[in-house]
Amino acid sequence: MIEPPQSHTKCEISFQVNGKLVAVRAYPMERLLDVLREELGLTGTKEGCGEGECGSCSVLMDGVLVNSCLVPALQAKGVNITTVEGLAEDERLHALQQAFLDCGGAQCGICTPGMILAALHLLGKKPQPTIEEIREGLSGNLCRCTGYAQIIEAVAEVGRRGIAG
Amino acid sequence: MRARPAEYELAAPGTLSAVLSLLAQEPGEWLPIAGGTDVMVQYSAGRLPSRKLVSIWNLPELRRIETIGGKIWIGAGCTYADLCDQEIVRREFSLLASAARWTGGIANQNRGTIGGNIVNASPAGDSLPALMVYDADLILVSAKGRRSVSYSDFHTGYRKTRLAPDELVESICLDRRFSGYYAHARKVGARHAQAISKVCFAALGRLADGVVDDVRLAMGSVAPVPLRLSETERLVKGHRIEPELMRLASRTAAAEIRPIDDIRSTARYRAAVAGNLVAEFLERLSVRGRTI
Repeated sequence: MIEPPQSHTKCEISFQVNGKLVAVRAYPMERLLDVLREELGLTGTKEGCGEGECGSCSVLMDGVLVNSCLVPALQAKGVNITTVEGLAEDERLHALQQAFLDCGGAQCGICTPGMILAALHLLGKKPQPTIEEIREGLSGNLCRCTGYAQIIEAVAEVGRRGIAG
Repeated sequence: MRARPAEYELAAPGTLSAVLSLLAQEPGEWLPIAGGTDVMVQYSAGRLPSRKLVSIWNLPELRRIETIGGKIWIGAGCTYADLCDQEIVRREFSLLASAARWTGGIANQNRGTIGGNIVNASPAGDSLPALMVYDADLILVSAKGRRSVSYSDFHTGYRKTRLAPDELVESICLDRRFSGYYAHARKVGARHAQAISKVCFAALGRLADGVVDDVRLAMGSVAPVPLRLSETERLVKGHRIEPELMRLASRTAAAEIRPIDDIRSTARYRAAVAGNLVAEFLERLSVRGRTI
């Protein structure tokens, strides 16, 4: 069936975020990043460069790492999004969050949610990644504080402990 | 100036035929958007030429990889990650797999598509020299039907292509005859991930009785379009790889490219690197090509 082109008005877009079904009214070309932050109040996802260079806005879309600043809202219709808010279970931090704390992998915190989601995507493919694989898995995420060593160590630690913590 | 989302339309008809009929109704009005790794950047910066976009992301018709006999068809909507995941691409078209792994970071590889890299028509597209040396054919599709165009003839000038306003790239067709060649890829840039190439290089070569039996060289970021190094190929073909030939090949490559100074590098640096890359390839071919 051919849907007519969207007019210049907002449309209803529904998708799952962190396991919950949500419906938002948004312009189809609104960035998923803005929908998450402004409409849904999920401000854990950060904006850095706004052009796919820094990875601060990384989320998982149907389990796959994407830069939410480069996803038009309409393309999120019917998908399953995971943001950093979806990782902890009540007061219990996700193994990656705990490892970032333990290893000093977070300083100013802007890159951290994106780093953690990139690491989650990597560990889904490679549960015990080598240092080289961690570097490649996080290569689209920039950090201006840590020098990366503590971040890489945190991910390696989760590889050793297992993602279940 | 930031783009205002209210000023843009985005249609998502969901099938290839519906997208094509939209393009046919108003040719040139609708800008296709797949994973958005180029289009959304221009959009956010307020530099998008069109106010009407049509989503081709994840159309099943464009995201297939099929092998039929001696050929492989890669759907234009396949992402770089899709390419890396395919055993046949890694094994038989390693230049393409390398380029895919060097494009952007993981998130961009999960969204950027091979068709997007082709149509975006940047002279710096990392996958383009590989398509050139593999003699790729592009299958273009519109509501009127299909046609096949050799990739080597597709880019006609800086960011210009033979794609008609009502057409999409449907698939890339690769011949499997290069699996016995020595394959060599290099990206020279600030880093592999995220950085746009200062020079990118794809090369195939084969030796027979110590002589270069066939050689295919292409470079990106050294001319307004991705460039086949035809003069260098002619010089090398049929000869033994010896220091004098490497020096000559290096000079010929540096002379046949048409590099410019830009924010990423200088023409002089690019010419020096181009020559060195050709010499490096020939040196490796002389050692490794023997065992193939």
